[in-house]
Amino acid sequence: MNQIAVIFFSAILINNFVLIRFLGICPFLGISQKIETALGMSLAVVFVMTVASLATWIVQTYLLLPYDLVYLRTIVFILVIAVLVQFVEMVIQKSSPTLYQALGVYLPLITTNCAVLGVTILNLNEAYNLVEALVHGFAAAVGFGLAIVVFAGIRERLELAEIPEALQGFPIALIIAGLLSISFFGFQGLL
Amino acid sequence: MEIKKLLVSSSPHVHSQNSVRRAMLWVLAALAPASLFAVYYYGAYVLLLLVAGIASAVLCEALILKLRHKPISPAFDGSAAVTGLLLALNVPAGAPWWLVAIGAVLAIGIGKQVFGGIGHNPFNPALAARAILVVSWPARMTSWVGPGLVSAATPLAAYRAGNAVPSHFDLFLGFRPGSLGEMSVFLLLVGGLLLINLKIIDWKIPASFIGTVALLTWILPREGQTAFFAGDPIFHVLSGGLILGAFFMATDWTTSPITKRGRIVMGVGAGIITAIIRLYGGLPEGVTFAILIMNACTPLIDRYTLGKSFGSVRGAA
Amino acid sequence: MALYGGQRKMNDLRVFWRGIFDENPTFRLLLGMCPTLAVSIAAGQGLGMGLAATAVLVASNILISLLRSVIPDKIRIPCFIVVIATFVTMVDLIMAAFVPGLHEVLGIFIPLIVVNCIILQRAEAFASKNGVWRSTLDGLGMGVGFTLALVLVSAIREILGSGTLFGLEILGFWQSFEPMGIMVSPPGAFIVLGLLIGLINFLSLRKA
Repeated sequence: MNQIAVIFFSAILINNFVLIRFLGICPFLGISQKIETALGMSLAVVFVMTVASLATWIVQTYLLLPYDLVYLRTIVFILVIAVLVQFVEMVIQKSSPTLYQALGVYLPLITTNCAVLGVTILNLNEAYNLVEALVHGFAAAVGFGLAIVVFAGIRERLELAEIPEALQGFPIALIIAGLLSISFFGFQGLL
Repeated sequence: MEIKKLLVSSSPHVHSQNSVRRAMLWVLAALAPASLFAVYYYGAYVLLLLVAGIASAVLCEALILKLRHKPISPAFDGSAAVTGLLLALNVPAGAPWWLVAIGAVLAIGIGKQVFGGIGHNPFNPALAARAILVVSWPARMTSWVGPGLVSAATPLAAYRAGNAVPSHFDLFLGFRPGSLGEMSVFLLLVGGLLLINLKIIDWKIPASFIGTVALLTWILPREGQTAFFAGDPIFHVLSGGLILGAFFMATDWTTSPITKRGRIVMGVGAGIITAIIRLYGGLPEGVTFAILIMNACTPLIDRYTLGKSFGSVRGAA
Repeated sequence: MALYGGQRKMNDLRVFWRGIFDENPTFRLLLGMCPTLAVSIAAGQGLGMGLAATAVLVASNILISLLRSVIPDKIRIPCFIVVIATFVTMVDLIMAAFVPGLHEVLGIFIPLIVVNCIILQRAEAFASKNGVWRSTLDGLGMGVGFTLALVLVSAIREILGSGTLFGLEILGFWQSFEPMGIMVSPPGAFIVLGLLIGLINFLSLRKA
């Protein structure tokens, strides 16, 4: 139980996927202009990362390991993720057309979100059991969501600021991310 | 979102340079007694550090404004000076002058000007710079000294190690090692209460911040122990950068919430994080990071505490 | 992304060259941020990652270009991903065998080359619409551009953060130099990259 708690809080605060591990930067920088969109994206990512952790764990344990095919993990995992995202896209399209509109082209991009593939490979590397893998996938996504929503809040507020032209867009976003990353440093050594 | 920017409160969102200058001069005045105490305790060397901080900050801002082809008078409105002084007050007494100078440049450059100048920075510039300094030169930023520049441990570090700590009385008056601005609680309080009286800062933030730290450090057990309600809240309130941070940095207009409820939320949040880091974290002091995190959350806090007063807030309007 | 019908007029050299400067994937197209931030602590890492990614990029561009008339449009993205993943797996295994030190340092970012937006974007925007020779040039150009960007960022971080370059002590003459710890940690990566992109924006605004 203690181990689960460590994995959970560690993934959110101490090894935050975006701010410390550098996973999921593209959507982090690309979809963080509005808080609502960031929230919507985060929910989709939480779902995908959790289910992907489950699916890839099953594939790893019952297919890759027994048949000595672990070297195929990259190909197999990314295919599993691609299928999952396709499924999520269909579900959102049916259940909430407004959200589907808002997320637009960003949904299929979850496939290329390094955080999703990253967490599945990390689960494998750390040899987590099923529960640990699920908790890790979920917590990592929560950490991603936390970072992106806070970030969106800051960016929304900066819309009225007179940022130097050369820094507008990505440069200032990266600088904010850097300062956000350093604020999370306070949590180092907590567990 | 535009509604928020038109709110009239003690924020400088709509301000003239004169009102900013007036406020900044009072902040400098409020910080002066505690700063001079540090000079008295450690010697004239400290004066060099304080001046280096202020001068570097002001010069850096003037230079950046010049390069951006903007009028350079805002560099002298006092806000850069305050940032520079706060930065200098956040370093140990044995720090080299270049550390303070680089810190001031980082504070003004990365902490403030890249965002377009006063009123726009998401993070408190002095604290952002301090955090950068701590990660860049950890040894320099954690080598505290006693009078005569003999190395000593801060009260918080001693507490974590289970060693003896100065008495409450000594802590209150300032006879203890620490960063330059973290010494005389008494003089800092004098300055802080002055600013509250002049309505330059809002009492809700220091009150909720300090109150939360006191409450949690009293209730929660120390690391490795299990006794609840056995803490020393007075010690915790008087040590480290809590008083300096709560009165002079968390209250910075630009980086704290606008709404009353929001300010209390910020204070409580910062208090919780500070207490947790101090009691269980890898660092003896957590005020810097606690405030930075709450700075980051301020836009969200404003968004969600504003709605209740004005009915519903349209989302992606 | 200046790629429409008129590209046939663009000569081959230009296809290669623009990947390095005008359309540098990191600094101008703003792709591939994850590895740029993560494996740029030392110049050696940056170089290694850049070369590995270039290898995958060129190989996948070639294969996708060869198969472009065969791949059905509706499922082209998953097909691209399978091609890219195959080459990534090969590079992963080769590196594990021949350069284990580098392989360990780059860690999970080697398999993550699969989702490096640069490679997928080039497949989608160029290789699936152009001949093999031009696709090779495009892959090489973009790959070299990416590698140069990585090496630049890593060099800055390594010099300021450790005083070395490619592991060699180069600031030894400056006795009192104290390395800036933040450069070799995550916040430093963000800030250096941000300022660098800002600087390049500034220079190109000046040119215009």
